[in-house]
Amino acid sequence: MSRKKPDLLRIGSGAGFAGDRLEPAVILAEGGGLRYLGLECLAERTIALAQLRKLKEPAEGYDMLLARRMELLLPVIKKKRVRLITNMGAANPIAAAELIVEIAKRRKLDIKVAAVTGDDVLKLMRPTDRVLETGGPLSAYKWLVSANAYLGVDALLPALATGADIIITGRVADPSLFLAPAAYEYGWQPDDLDRMARGTVMGHLLECAGQITGGYCADPGKKDIPDFAHIGFPYADVDSDGNCIIGKPPDTGGAINLITAKEQLLYEVTDPRAYVTPDITADFTTVRLKQAGANRVAVSGATGKPRSPTLKVSIGYHAGYVGEGEISYAGANALKRAQLAGEVIATRLKGEFKEMRVDYIGSTSLHGKAYDATARPYEVRLRVAARAATREKAALVGEEVEALWTNGPGGGGGARKYVHEQVGVISGLIAREKIKPEVTVREWRREKETV
Amino acid sequence: MKKKLYDLAHCRAGDKGNTSILSLIAYREKDYELLRAKVTGPAVKRHLAHIISGKVTRHEVPNVGALQFVCEQSLGGGVTTSLAMDAHGKSLSYALLEMEIDVR
Repeated sequence: MSRKKPDLLRIGSGAGFAGDRLEPAVILAEGGGLRYLGLECLAERTIALAQLRKLKEPAEGYDMLLARRMELLLPVIKKKRVRLITNMGAANPIAAAELIVEIAKRRKLDIKVAAVTGDDVLKLMRPTDRVLETGGPLSAYKWLVSANAYLGVDALLPALATGADIIITGRVADPSLFLAPAAYEYGWQPDDLDRMARGTVMGHLLECAGQITGGYCADPGKKDIPDFAHIGFPYADVDSDGNCIIGKPPDTGGAINLITAKEQLLYEVTDPRAYVTPDITADFTTVRLKQAGANRVAVSGATGKPRSPTLKVSIGYHAGYVGEGEISYAGANALKRAQLAGEVIATRLKGEFKEMRVDYIGSTSLHGKAYDATARPYEVRLRVAARAATREKAALVGEEVEALWTNGPGGGGGARKYVHEQVGVISGLIAREKIKPEVTVREWRREKETV
Repeated sequence: MKKKLYDLAHCRAGDKGNTSILSLIAYREKDYELLRAKVTGPAVKRHLAHIISGKVTRHEVPNVGALQFVCEQSLGGGVTTSLAMDAHGKSLSYALLEMEIDVR
C-alpha cells in the first residue's frame, strides 16, 4: 500500500487526564492545523473504576466525560478533517463507539469510529502470576476487578487503516496514542528503532497535555507562566525521522520552553536509559532539546533498543473502604489544639483499624514534617483517615471527628466527613503473543437525498 | 555558604505505584556539576528519610542538566491505596528543593 508521505505531521494533545479541561482540545482542533488529535484520559485506576460501572450496567464503562467532549469536538474535527485518537473507551470501547455514532447521527454528521479491544486480560490471569510490586503471587489479592494489558502501536495501526474519523481504545500505553499516527503515516516498522524511540519521546512530551505548556510547573517569581488561566495545549510537528518541534496554538496562554520541556521529558521516567513501552525501549539520555522560537522547542536525537517480549498488565482489586474526617483550628495555639484533637481521635479509635493516619493540614500533612520549623501556622486542619472492610466501619472515622464539635478542643470548626470505596492497582506482565487485539467499526452516513 | 536547591534547580515529581520519581533540573547548565557532586542518592535518602523507606537510585541525565531520583517505597504503600492526602506525592518536588547544599 502506498500513501503520500507528509513533510511534517502535526499531532495535537487535547487532554492529559480524564478530568482535564474541555476547551483547549476544541481550540487546538479549530485553529491548530492538526492532522491528528490525541486525548489521553486513562490513569492507572480509571479503567478499574470503569469496569465497576460496567459490572452494574453492561452498556457503560467508558469515560464519564465522553459525551460532553464529543458534543464539542465532533463538529470541529469533521469540519477541519482532524482524526481523533483516544483511550476514552476505558472498559468498553465498543459501547463508547456506539455512543459517539449516536451523537454524530443526532447532529447529522457522517462518522466512522474504530474501536480497539483486546486489552482486557482478566480471564488470562493466573493465581500464580507474579505481582511486580510485591514479588508475590496474584492469589494474595482476593477480589480482582480488572486486568488490562498496555497495548501499543501494532494494535492501533489496523484501526488507523480503516480510515475511521475516530479511533477509540481501552488501555494503550500513553505515548503510543501519539506515536501510532506518526508510525502509520510514515510507515515506521518496529525495527525502525531510533524513529520509534523519537516518536515515543514526542508522545511522552504530549501525553500530559498542559504539563508541557506551563501546567504543574508555574511558581510565581521563579517560573512565571503568562496568561496562566488559559494555557493552550500542545502539538508536535513530527518529521519522517521522528524529530519534532513542540508548539501550541496562537493566542493561547502558557509557555513552552526548556524548563517545561525538561520537566515533562523526565516526568515519571524510572530509567532515563530504558523507557519501556509496548513499542520500544527508548534512551532519553540521547535526546536534545533546543528553544526554536517563542513557545517552540525542537526535540531530536533519542535512540531505541528492541521492544520487550512482554506487556505490562495493570490489575485492579477491591481495597476496601476509606473513611475520612476533618476539622479546623485557627489563631493562638492552633497547632496544639489540632494535635490534642488528633490524640483524642487516636485514643477513641485505638484498635479499631489496622491502618489509620492523622494529619495536620497547614503544617505537616504533605511532607510529614515542616522543613521550615520557624513558621507557626495561623490555622491548622486535622485530618484523620482509615481503611475498613465495610462502608459502615469506615464511617466511624468521620463520626468521631464530627463529634469533636461539642466534645473536642476549643474553636473547632468546619467539620466534614467522607467515605469512599477504594480500588487498588498492582501490575504484572503478560507474554505479547497472548494478546489478540481486534478492531470493530461503527458508522453512520446521511442517506442521499432523492430529488 | 549554604544554598537551598530551590535557588539552583527546579523539580517535578512523578509516581509509579509506591515509587516516587523526582527530577532535579539545574536552571543554569553550569550548576549541573555542582548538583552532581552534592546531591547524591544517599544525601536525598537522608533528607527525605521519613518519607522514603526503600532504595534511592540516582540517574544522571547530563543532556538536560538533570538528576533523576527513583525513590522506592515512598508513597504510603502505593498511589491507589495510600491514606495520604497527596497520594501521588505530587508535592514531594518541593520537599527535595528544601534541601541545602554547600556552595563555594
